[in-house]
Amino acid sequence: MAVSREYFKTFRDLPREDWFIYGHRACQGCGEATAVRIILKALGPNTIVVSPTGCLEIVSSPFPYSSWAVPWIHVAFENAAAVASGIEAGLKVLRRKGLVEDRKVNIVVLAGDGGTVDIGLQSLSGALERGHDFLYVCLDNEAYMNTGIQRSGSTPFMAWTTTSQVGKVRKGNLTWKKNMAAIAAAHGIPYVATATTAYPLDLANKARRGAEVEGPAYLHVLTPCPTGWRLPPELSIEISRLAVQTGFFPLYEIVDGQLRITVEIRKRKPVAEYLKPQGRFRHLTDEDIAKIQEQVDRECAKLGIP
Amino acid sequence: MGKIIAVEDAHAAALAAKMANVDVVAAYPITPQTHIVEELSRMVAEGELDAEYINVESEHSALSACIGASAVGARCFTATAGQGLALMHEILFIAAGNRFPIVMAIANRCLSPNINIWGDQSDIMSSRDCGWIQIFAENAQEIFDLILAAFKIAEDERVMLPVAVNFDGFYATHVVERMELPSEEEVRRFLPPHRRQTGYLLNPDKPLTFGAIGFPSIQFELRRQWEEALCRSKQVIKEVWREFEEVFGRRYEVVEGYRMEDAEAAFILMGGSAGTCRTAVDRLREKGCKVGMLKLRLFRPFPREEILEATGGLKTLIVVDKHICLGGLGGPLFNDLRSLYYGSKSSIDVVGFIAGIGGRDIRVEDFERMFERTIRGEIPPEKYVFLVRGEA
Repeated sequence: MAVSREYFKTFRDLPREDWFIYGHRACQGCGEATAVRIILKALGPNTIVVSPTGCLEIVSSPFPYSSWAVPWIHVAFENAAAVASGIEAGLKVLRRKGLVEDRKVNIVVLAGDGGTVDIGLQSLSGALERGHDFLYVCLDNEAYMNTGIQRSGSTPFMAWTTTSQVGKVRKGNLTWKKNMAAIAAAHGIPYVATATTAYPLDLANKARRGAEVEGPAYLHVLTPCPTGWRLPPELSIEISRLAVQTGFFPLYEIVDGQLRITVEIRKRKPVAEYLKPQGRFRHLTDEDIAKIQEQVDRECAKLGIP
Repeated sequence: MGKIIAVEDAHAAALAAKMANVDVVAAYPITPQTHIVEELSRMVAEGELDAEYINVESEHSALSACIGASAVGARCFTATAGQGLALMHEILFIAAGNRFPIVMAIANRCLSPNINIWGDQSDIMSSRDCGWIQIFAENAQEIFDLILAAFKIAEDERVMLPVAVNFDGFYATHVVERMELPSEEEVRRFLPPHRRQTGYLLNPDKPLTFGAIGFPSIQFELRRQWEEALCRSKQVIKEVWREFEEVFGRRYEVVEGYRMEDAEAAFILMGGSAGTCRTAVDRLREKGCKVGMLKLRLFRPFPREEILEATGGLKTLIVVDKHICLGGLGGPLFNDLRSLYYGSKSSIDVVGFIAGIGGRDIRVEDFERMFERTIRGEIPPEKYVFLVRGEA
């Protein structure tokens, strides 16, 4: 198995410059803003970004202002991967015809979970299947936060949202989180990985590997949302770390079909440590938490995590 | 020099895209458009056309991919019909409002329900406010010529808007017609081989933000600029069609008259039914009726001055629509024309017929009957009339 290249061993290896710049309107502690900043540091200025509708688009582009120091396009909600397909195909043919400079440009989708696992899944599947050379990043805050914390297919089991309310007969979201990374991997694409903000170098390296690989790459990034998760903003990074340490969100990469855990957890913490600080899980009983723990154990076992 | 060929109308559309040297084709199959993208696939496979052919998974993605490719400077083409256009609806506006010069062929097809693959104009008419330039072609030659010219119109820096070239599903896709195919050299005299690479593209050397959020403080101004750009494009369309005539010798006008000399009444319609209508006009003329026909080639921007001029001497205008504005006041063209004359000095009677829905034939006799009933005063000018079996 090929060893993945470490582009960034320390923070000093990341450029000082930013291409997602200050002045955006993200909430305090926004995991998405943190992740995007790191991803663009890893990719550098020779990059074109596509974003579907969502938090990121709203906070970064209030006309006539923009937080994007790289070319950026937003078209609609469900079609970011199709737009990226067109950019990739367009540059390919224009290069072939000598109409644009012959150089590699990173084409990156920075999308939310709604725009990826729900409404954007069809166009994403099409683009992955066709093999376009691009990196698709899902910035997963586990609900439609921009419209006011509505449940998505990526919302965890029993989490409260404004459309999976907690009441006398129902306790939040009824279903388990959709495993989007596995769906992406099922397309047989060369690179799939998961990442989160508490492990920035891991995130930066995966973004860069995804961009460097020839063909489609999919990166699923858990990005805590203090507003929607009912969490103090200063715990944004801490909760991201707990997601990994409890095995709730394992960090791995799948290179040409071979899975490798990139952040090894020797002894998993109980999942309660991840759930308890979050207001969206405050209604859970010990029994509920035990049920979630069982599911986390099952998923970890599938990945070979002790 | 060009040559005379026999060509299936759908292939005429593909030939136009090929001779325009398109860079990207994003294609999804839908009847009755499919022969267009099949032929383009063949051209790419044979190496006759150097383009990226994206087999998208939906029409929504077809237009989205065209936007992406157009945003980096590629010349893009796609084709659709009926439900496909309806699925694109959201993206139609975004393509136009963000000023991407995409060209799309639409083989007009009836919208569901019931599922019906045959021709009427309910697809484009249900998307008529999408801010595209909307042109209607009648036959293979017009399809070829108007698609070729559409690239030049769309890419003109005074325009920078997408263009839809419409033609009747089946009647003008699955028939073989005579067509003059120009030479490569002639085409190059008319249309440059590539889009000009302007500064308004997605380019890492000059980062630009496309598709930002528009707050109420700015959105209205942006929408008005779009409307003004679309209205102003009429002059460029006329200019480009004049240039087309200079190079290829075929004349295209926004409103085309047939036997309009001394006419007191005229039909007005769009698309392939014009051919049948001409025969009806000939027959009525033989009987001594002073009737003509106006074929509207440009629907958006609406050529109001040209229509007023062409209808100046008329007493009666018989509008034939292939779409019902359900629950409204009749067909879309009827509505536009009634608005045009309301409050003007003209005392013209505007009479509306709705015909040809879901691929129903509009026969020569149907046009004759529309005329006769109108002249006998059986059609009150305020009301629209359906032309269905047993009713007319």
